[in-house]
Amino acid sequence: MRTYLNNIYMALSTIMIGMKVTFKHLFEPAVTIQYPDVKPQLPSRERNRLYVNMDDCIGCDQCARACPVNCIKIETVKSLPDEDLGQTSNGKRKALWVTTFDIDIAKCCFCELCVFPCPTDCIYMTDVYEFSEFERENLIYDFVTLTDSERKEKKDNYEKMMAEKAAKEEAELKAKEQASKDKPEEKK
Amino acid sequence: MIYEFLSNITGSEILGAIISAFLPLFLFILPFALIAVLLERKVSAHMQDRLGPMRVGYHGILQTVADILKLIQKEDITADANDKTLFNLAPILVFAGSYAVFAAIPFSSSYLGSNINLGLFFIIGISGIVVAGILMAGWASNNKYTLLGAMRSAAQLISYEIPTIMIVVTILMVTGTLNLKEITELQSGYFWNWLIFGGNVTGIAKYLLIPFMIVGFVIIYISTLAEVNRTPFDIPEAESELVSGYHTEYSGMKFAMFFLAEYANMFAVSAIVVLLFFGGYHSPFGYLGNTFGITWLIPIEQLLWFTFKGVGFVLVQMWLRWTLPRLRVDQLMAVCWKYLIPIAFVNLLIVGLITLL
Amino acid sequence: MVLKTEEMTLNMGPQHPSTHGVLRLELQLDGEFIVNVIPHIGYLHRCFEKHAEFMTYPQVVPYTDRMDYLASMYNEFGYAVAVEKLLGIEVPERVEFIRVIMGELQRIASHLVALGTYGADIGAVTPFLFCFRDREKILSLFEMASGARLLYNYIWVGGVSRDLPPDFLRLAKEFVDYFRPKIKELNDLLSFNKIFIERTANIGILPLDVAVNYGITGPMLRASGMKWDLRKDDPYSVYNKFDFDIPVGDGRMGTVGDSWDRYYVRIIEMEESLKIVEQALNQIPEGDVLSAIPKRIKPPVGQVYGRVENPRGELGYFIVSDGTVNPKRIKVRPPSFVNLAVIGELCKGHMIADVISVLGSIDIVLGEIDR
Repeated sequence: MRTYLNNIYMALSTIMIGMKVTFKHLFEPAVTIQYPDVKPQLPSRERNRLYVNMDDCIGCDQCARACPVNCIKIETVKSLPDEDLGQTSNGKRKALWVTTFDIDIAKCCFCELCVFPCPTDCIYMTDVYEFSEFERENLIYDFVTLTDSERKEKKDNYEKMMAEKAAKEEAELKAKEQASKDKPEEKK
Repeated sequence: MIYEFLSNITGSEILGAIISAFLPLFLFILPFALIAVLLERKVSAHMQDRLGPMRVGYHGILQTVADILKLIQKEDITADANDKTLFNLAPILVFAGSYAVFAAIPFSSSYLGSNINLGLFFIIGISGIVVAGILMAGWASNNKYTLLGAMRSAAQLISYEIPTIMIVVTILMVTGTLNLKEITELQSGYFWNWLIFGGNVTGIAKYLLIPFMIVGFVIIYISTLAEVNRTPFDIPEAESELVSGYHTEYSGMKFAMFFLAEYANMFAVSAIVVLLFFGGYHSPFGYLGNTFGITWLIPIEQLLWFTFKGVGFVLVQMWLRWTLPRLRVDQLMAVCWKYLIPIAFVNLLIVGLITLL
Repeated sequence: MVLKTEEMTLNMGPQHPSTHGVLRLELQLDGEFIVNVIPHIGYLHRCFEKHAEFMTYPQVVPYTDRMDYLASMYNEFGYAVAVEKLLGIEVPERVEFIRVIMGELQRIASHLVALGTYGADIGAVTPFLFCFRDREKILSLFEMASGARLLYNYIWVGGVSRDLPPDFLRLAKEFVDYFRPKIKELNDLLSFNKIFIERTANIGILPLDVAVNYGITGPMLRASGMKWDLRKDDPYSVYNKFDFDIPVGDGRMGTVGDSWDRYYVRIIEMEESLKIVEQALNQIPEGDVLSAIPKRIKPPVGQVYGRVENPRGELGYFIVSDGTVNPKRIKVRPPSFVNLAVIGELCKGHMIADVISVLGSIDIVLGEIDR
């Protein structure tokens, strides 16, 4: 009998206490914001879409190697010895033409591991988080500032230089062989 | 009064009766059901520190319109193996059972759908049609989970009618009549005459009655909460055995009918509680019409008071829903048969003894 | 003549609102009562351990985040503890304090999710929203320190990725003061509610010897009566400097080891974590957090087992290294995987509606079970 009455008392009293809590909350202001009209204030370290400042990139490939999901693709081409590519903002001299710098932002896991190894701080995370696209191919961001013809030109220059170098070396090798062939004849 | 007015206009009594029975439906209850949907969402949102619907209309007022439009244009799916007659009939029965109750409820002193001498008996009887509708819905869906859900819901409804009827009999012993208009007239005057404070009884019996009336009020509130399948008794509606209970297979307008029937049912049971315990449409303080001498204002004031009290109890039902967790099915039955019925019975005996004084 | 009834098999499939992820439970029923529950897992397997063989040691950290995504700081913490043991390096004291603060705040956040979703399964929707409102404050603290709200990549091998921002200590103290009354509010609304007690007390009783035999750890073990916590019994980092208590289930609403005990142990643990955070905020020293991070992690040949106390139990990392920059094998001992195995024992003889109650009290995360 006592548990019976105790049950009734406990049921009614705890329900009343619960109702008091909910009633108090009826008059408290809401903690939500109306999103598209009011945007939240994000802290300064926020990790959102990546951006690369190509003027500072020296093509060292550190960010591509640090990425755990392999979403950065970099291809570089050596410049000719007489070309001047300028300097980065902290004084380093650039020596490579960067012909491909693709970041597949759909693959990126926003872990920030690519930002730390960069020697010139040219890759960093911005605060843009509304970057949806209708086509999936538009999510592959291409950061290189050279035009297509310029890229082809740099590649061709490099290959021409390499071909000239190879030809020169072959000519030298042939000349050496010729010289070693001539020498024993002289000795005789 | 409105009945005579309408039968004079149309010239035939039958037409007058039909229109006066349907009038509260379209002017009052259907708009109330539509508003109650939005009210529930807003009340629940503010209790949870958020805002609820805000985009459709100013602060979300037109949300129900959007919901109804969405439900109307949905495809009406009927599976092949369903029993078509029962499947189509079930929502109609549930809807009709919930709305027919309002024909006997007096909204104000000049309006009463039909003044039958067995008003209270009629209300309890007609809301039993809902059980038949639910069983039909569960069976005709041809789904073993909905069948189980419907049987549980039917068991819950018929079990919880017993405490309701016991409390109604208690009130009957105090007032001596089943006619709802007379019960409300018995509670006229100031709030001290309301039945929860002992009613029109004179002498020491009035003070003795008060605690037992309060117990009776709590019991009838809880058991009518179970009648309309609201939390904490909403096993038939929420994940009952993994699915959504007896209205799983319904889509579109038929689902809307179940939905609206639930909100109308909520208002119906809170109207019954108000009528039996809290003075019906009488105001607790006297009427403005009386102080200013404008007599035609009084019925309108009474309508406003009735709405105010009814909506207040509906809000308490919503408040309970968002505070409490759900009871398991066997615990639900235990509450009814082991707790509510014995207490209601003892209450009945004691009130009966007191009325002999 | 005894009537023989057949057992019915019911499937609570991978898509269900209350199985906390993609878990398939096969229930064998005898009428209304349960005979056996068989969990089927693997719907979220993402080959973490195979991936880790091709990554360098620092690159594995974002992958460890994603295992138990509700308690990411602790996953990183466990990995850092294991690899630092392998390398044999010591980290500065400020780093240890920062790791403890982040870990304990993460414990509170994880328990809030567990309690909120448990209430929502039982039917009380309002505490769920209150828990998530408080969790938002913790997540904004984490966002301020590391930059992300759920998957942080903050605790690295040898230190942390960045130092705390200047506002952090003040805002964390404000959070501690804000949160204490909220636990009381949660108790009023849900824990001592008679209907909730009826739904959870005496359901899913786990006796202590069964728990030890199955290898259960974490709040489940403590609710069955045993006072075992890796922060006190096998201390790592600087936990031996703080004064806190280990809550144990005492069966005050039913028997020892039922679902209510498991729920209440988590609430008390939140209070204790608040104590630890307060003490750590008062005692944190100055220092350089980046000084001990090695340039290239190339551990010597060997193997190590490092373990920490996750909000769900004992999280262990078994790392085998062959001397190169990639680990040869990383095996993770997830606490939820071991805890889930006992669900068949717990549900015997109860009804179907109780399976959901028991599953919510075990507190599983599928990301951890399937990795």
